[in-house]
Amino acid sequence: MIIIITNTNLNSGTETSGRANNRAFDELRNMKIEAGVLERADGSAYLEIGGNKVLAAVYGPRELFVRRLMQPNKAVLRCKYNMAPFSVDDRKRPGPDRRSVEISKIASEALTPAVFLEKFPRSTIDVFIEVLEAEGGTRCAGITAASVALADAGIPMRDMVVACAAGKSDGKVVLDLSEIEDKEGEADLPIAIMPRTGEITLLQMDGHLTEEEFEQALDLAINGCKIISEEQKKAIKNRYGD
Amino acid sequence: MIFVEDKEIVIPGDILADEEYNSGRGTFKENNKVCSSLVGLVAIRDKKISVIPLQSKYIPKRGDVVIGEVTDIRFSMWNLDINSPYSGFLPASDVFGKEKRELNRTFDVGDVLFLRVVDVDEVKKVKLGLKGRGLGKFRGGILINITPTKVPRLIGKKGSMINMIKDETRCEVIVGQNGVVWVKGDPAMERVAEKVINMIEEQAHTSGLTDRVREMLATLLGREPEISEDSELESEDTGSEDTGSGDISESEDIVSEDTESGDVSESEETEPDQENNEDESDLSKNEG
Repeated sequence: MIIIITNTNLNSGTETSGRANNRAFDELRNMKIEAGVLERADGSAYLEIGGNKVLAAVYGPRELFVRRLMQPNKAVLRCKYNMAPFSVDDRKRPGPDRRSVEISKIASEALTPAVFLEKFPRSTIDVFIEVLEAEGGTRCAGITAASVALADAGIPMRDMVVACAAGKSDGKVVLDLSEIEDKEGEADLPIAIMPRTGEITLLQMDGHLTEEEFEQALDLAINGCKIISEEQKKAIKNRYGD
Repeated sequence: MIFVEDKEIVIPGDILADEEYNSGRGTFKENNKVCSSLVGLVAIRDKKISVIPLQSKYIPKRGDVVIGEVTDIRFSMWNLDINSPYSGFLPASDVFGKEKRELNRTFDVGDVLFLRVVDVDEVKKVKLGLKGRGLGKFRGGILINITPTKVPRLIGKKGSMINMIKDETRCEVIVGQNGVVWVKGDPAMERVAEKVINMIEEQAHTSGLTDRVREMLATLLGREPEISEDSELESEDTGSEDTGSGDISESEDIVSEDTESGDVSESEETEPDQENNEDESDLSKNEG
């Protein structure tokens, strides 16, 4: 009995954010970004997109105590992506796993090209991405939030990196996959770009797409990034009452 | 072509102007366009565009006066946290001369010192010194951290803001260039000063701040806002009102003209030492 009730709840819950709920193929989920939410961090951001809730915190540039990581001519940007145990339906075992180590790495690589690391030699910038609730596309949400947090921390950057995914679900190329679409779909293509120049700083693909479908998905994702980018800008300007 | 106005808030990646403008601090040039690299306020001087950051870390510079906390004692030096990506060191010889003494008897871990940045080398080792007027160890008081770029705003024009806080709360206030503020006085007054300083930090980018600070001080001290003793200050401030949020950039200018150390020592009631070199030679004579 109880199981049936939870199931119906779950179904209705996913339907509201799914394509079934009249979301167009090129439509993003509802989102909200807020900058400067943490008191003790140098910079921080909170981001919601669909059912995702992500916090990003930036500390630094600060002294690097791990001497072997130190770069004599620039700062190192360290990223840590972590999912809260309660962020998914089945409790996630806390601590790093293969997936979170990978996302930490790609997040730092996606953000690095935008940051003027050479302005702070021999120091470190630490970025922490905490996923409080996950519903598909957390890596993109994390990178987007982290870049707002970096700007909030006053770290000089060439551009604000923004990330968004596209993919193929039910035989159609769609933007911003939800958890169900990601799991049951045919392909997932998360990208991160610097919107002003359009440079791609992250491009991953999971699943199968034909050449045309790939081009289509990439265009879709780039357009999605540009929409999210506007939200990022708004979030920062809102912080200073503009 | 210019795409922004003076004092507008910009974010990293915003295109500010075309090639006929020069890129100043907080900006960079790409494809002949001047772009912002920071979240901050635009400052346009002639053909030069800069962005004054709203948030930053202190990067040590020779000649700055800073407030640091002793974190470690080594054989012949103290290590200090100066609220910066680079920690500083104070050589024992700077304090004792050639004499050999136990370091922890003089300054122990946790002590707070007022120092001058003597040198910053290529590997970002920050050498600190205690030679100078008013430099030394603090006894008692509280520390408040603010963003270093907001230090000029806290000091105000010719120290107007900081002097107002000092007069109203009857606290000693010393501001380090690294954004650390030391306040000592009656404990209740220290709290008042802390609240006011935090408010200044939060609203540094807005205009009409001096008036709001005066109001806040009055309410916190339980007085009517009208009874402000220094009418002379008032007129000076209304003069600065029209510059509005530009104040932060105005004072930034003062900083670039290297009177910043003067500003700080002024707040510390020593003479403004615009001629740093002369001053230093004087001091070394004193030491000898």
